[in-house]
Amino acid sequence: MLSRTADHLYWMARYTERAENTVRMLDVSYRMSLLPHANGDDHGNWRAILDISELTEAYARTGRPLSARDVIEFVLLDRGNLSSVWNCLRAARENAHAVRGKLTGEMWETTNATWLKIRDLTPEGLQDMDLGGFFEWVKFRSHLLRGVTVGTMFHDDAFQFARLGTFLERADNTARLLDVKFHALMPAGEDTQGATDYYRWGSLLRSVSAFETYRQVYRDVITPYKVAELLMLNDAMPRSLHACLDEIVDILGQVANSRSCETIRTAGALHASLHYGSMDDIFAVGLHPSLEKFLACINTLGDRISNDFLMPVAHA
Amino acid sequence: MSITTKPGSRPFDEMYDASGAIRPHYQPYAAWLEGTPRQLIDRKRSEADIAFHRVGITFNVYGAEGGKERLIPFDLLPRIIPGEEWRALERGLAQRVRALNAFLGDIYHGQEILRAGRIPADQILNNAQFRAEMKGVDVPGGLYSMIAGIDLVRAAGADGKGEFFVLEDNLRVPSGVSYMLENRKMMMRLFPDLFSRYEVQPVDHYPDLLLETLRAVAPTGVLDPTVVVLTPGAYNSAYFEHSFLAQQMGVELVEGQDLFVQDEMLYMRTTQGPRRVDVIYRRLDDDFLDPLAFRADSMLGVPGLMRAYRAGHVTLANAVGTGVADDKSIYPYVPEMVRFYLGEEPILNNVPTWMLREADDLAYVLEHLPELVVKEVHGAGGYGMLVGPASTKAEIEDFRLRILAAPEKYIAQPTLSLSTCPTFVEAGIAPRHIDLRPFVLSGGKEIRMVPGGLTRVALKEGSLVVNSSQGGGTKDTWVVD
Repeated sequence: MLSRTADHLYWMARYTERAENTVRMLDVSYRMSLLPHANGDDHGNWRAILDISELTEAYARTGRPLSARDVIEFVLLDRGNLSSVWNCLRAARENAHAVRGKLTGEMWETTNATWLKIRDLTPEGLQDMDLGGFFEWVKFRSHLLRGVTVGTMFHDDAFQFARLGTFLERADNTARLLDVKFHALMPAGEDTQGATDYYRWGSLLRSVSAFETYRQVYRDVITPYKVAELLMLNDAMPRSLHACLDEIVDILGQVANSRSCETIRTAGALHASLHYGSMDDIFAVGLHPSLEKFLACINTLGDRISNDFLMPVAHA
Repeated sequence: MSITTKPGSRPFDEMYDASGAIRPHYQPYAAWLEGTPRQLIDRKRSEADIAFHRVGITFNVYGAEGGKERLIPFDLLPRIIPGEEWRALERGLAQRVRALNAFLGDIYHGQEILRAGRIPADQILNNAQFRAEMKGVDVPGGLYSMIAGIDLVRAAGADGKGEFFVLEDNLRVPSGVSYMLENRKMMMRLFPDLFSRYEVQPVDHYPDLLLETLRAVAPTGVLDPTVVVLTPGAYNSAYFEHSFLAQQMGVELVEGQDLFVQDEMLYMRTTQGPRRVDVIYRRLDDDFLDPLAFRADSMLGVPGLMRAYRAGHVTLANAVGTGVADDKSIYPYVPEMVRFYLGEEPILNNVPTWMLREADDLAYVLEHLPELVVKEVHGAGGYGMLVGPASTKAEIEDFRLRILAAPEKYIAQPTLSLSTCPTFVEAGIAPRHIDLRPFVLSGGKEIRMVPGGLTRVALKEGSLVVNSSQGGGTKDTWVVD
């Protein structure tokens, strides 16, 4: 298939997934901000949101205060913030538009309808809205597009590249979420094995739809160690790093071409580190350095995929 | 509902004869309409609007605010053509396109028609649309315009019968076929019962015919050619059509950046590495095809494409340089081409045309501007024209100055009273002027077309301009037996 077509499908999926994960992160922060403050500092919570998406500097330039309302507006709707949910959904739709002939009618209508709905939403409009409901809406639009893609698109290479975008983005986003929240909730030196703040760790799990799963897997109190294990190493947990890498390795095997050996090796090595890795080893190195290494590796993988299969120019 | 506004007596009406009686081929439709409440029609109309919007069958209007995507108004009242009338048109269209292709082959090779003095040589050789790069280049099948859109209009003859005239040949990148296909799909969805009252000849196989046509003109020796559709991109006014046709044919829709030339071979960039391309259905003007051969500032084309093309390694459909045959200054000579190349009398007539570079014609036209239609030779899309009877004195005087400044840039024709067809309007149903663009495919030995074509309708009362860029709409076109 045409490299440009693959590129558009890949980015359509990535931007949609990014929008979904962004509201997942907002959602957890929003819920946490409704809890009684552990240390009386709500700012840290919102600063963390900006840190996750590497937006701290861009936000500082806007001169806005670190208040819930301002940060949420910036992350959801800001036209100048290229990572805002508004911009992600616009980019997803633009990518879909460029290859609409390759999409099923349902896929196009789903992305187009999502965009038409959020297009005219202003900060004033957002204030009249139930925030939780809006987060849900974004999540469900992403679910819908992914479901429609799996359920209607011919499972050829075009489909594989759309899926590749989804899992690469999700691996990246889960790692970021874990990194930032872990740091915020778990000051250095504390015992990762001990039971801790049930509500805050619970909201982290809920933000990746993993609360019930945690209970089912561990039948135990929530410990940071196990939360990290679930989101990193458990391959049955659909948003875990391991599960994402399972998919990425599988897809790369199917679309392989004469240039992609090194890309496949990179993905395979990363996958092996999760497949055969243990939490003890990860904590021995440190969770933060491990996740940083993981993110750098995902970034390299993304560049390699672009160079081998897609459009060589850097997008995001 | 019933039709309250009867057409006037002057123009030929497709539905009513001069006495106001319904023509036989419209009678089943009229009976159906009689028994159908207006509310139902209104509901169907909004259903159609919603569906067209949702699917995004839109059209970008140049010059409109921010190049906004807009729907082309779709009229629910079909234009119906009796089968025997169509078959006569079909013969005339095939004859005309055959002659036009022969003409193009001739002027890029032996130029016999010029040597025979049937067309003044300077008219061709000094024409901006004449591409010297094409001299001596052999194209597969000797075909230049594989996809032609011939604009027909019907005017009332002296005997009250409607006669078809060719208004314009479109031999470069004619568009509109996707509307023909979508209009039919919509009509069948909205009014399935109507199709049980008529045997409407199907048009849905057009993409199949198009693909066959494109495969038939692949470079010699290529048995299983790779065909692509080349689009200027998502912001082009006809992007929907480009994407639609590529999808329907199951071929790649490419932009210039997807292609590259190496050693005079054309490749596209795929996820599996470079892949050879044999036939390009290009929806891009000559000027933009290759920055090395034509406009150097074109970002839309493929550097080196002309070299690969001239070497015969890739086929362009349509060929480069077809514009010299559909130029309005060449149009008056097409009947002569039919006689010269085919030794036949033209089946389809031209509209009488004054060429303003001729002193006599110019003098006549300047005296009769308020009655005439004057067109820019290189204009298209209804831009740069004067419709005398519909213009104010000031507009006419303004145009007179433009003509005097460069008479060779204009032709003039009598203001034809284009035929009308009843059309849904605010107040009910009223006659509106229409034209017809059939799409003629030449590939291999045969010339083929699907029955009918795109009917365009001037929605403004009295207007003769049917172009979608000027507020025209479209109708489904039925050829019935």
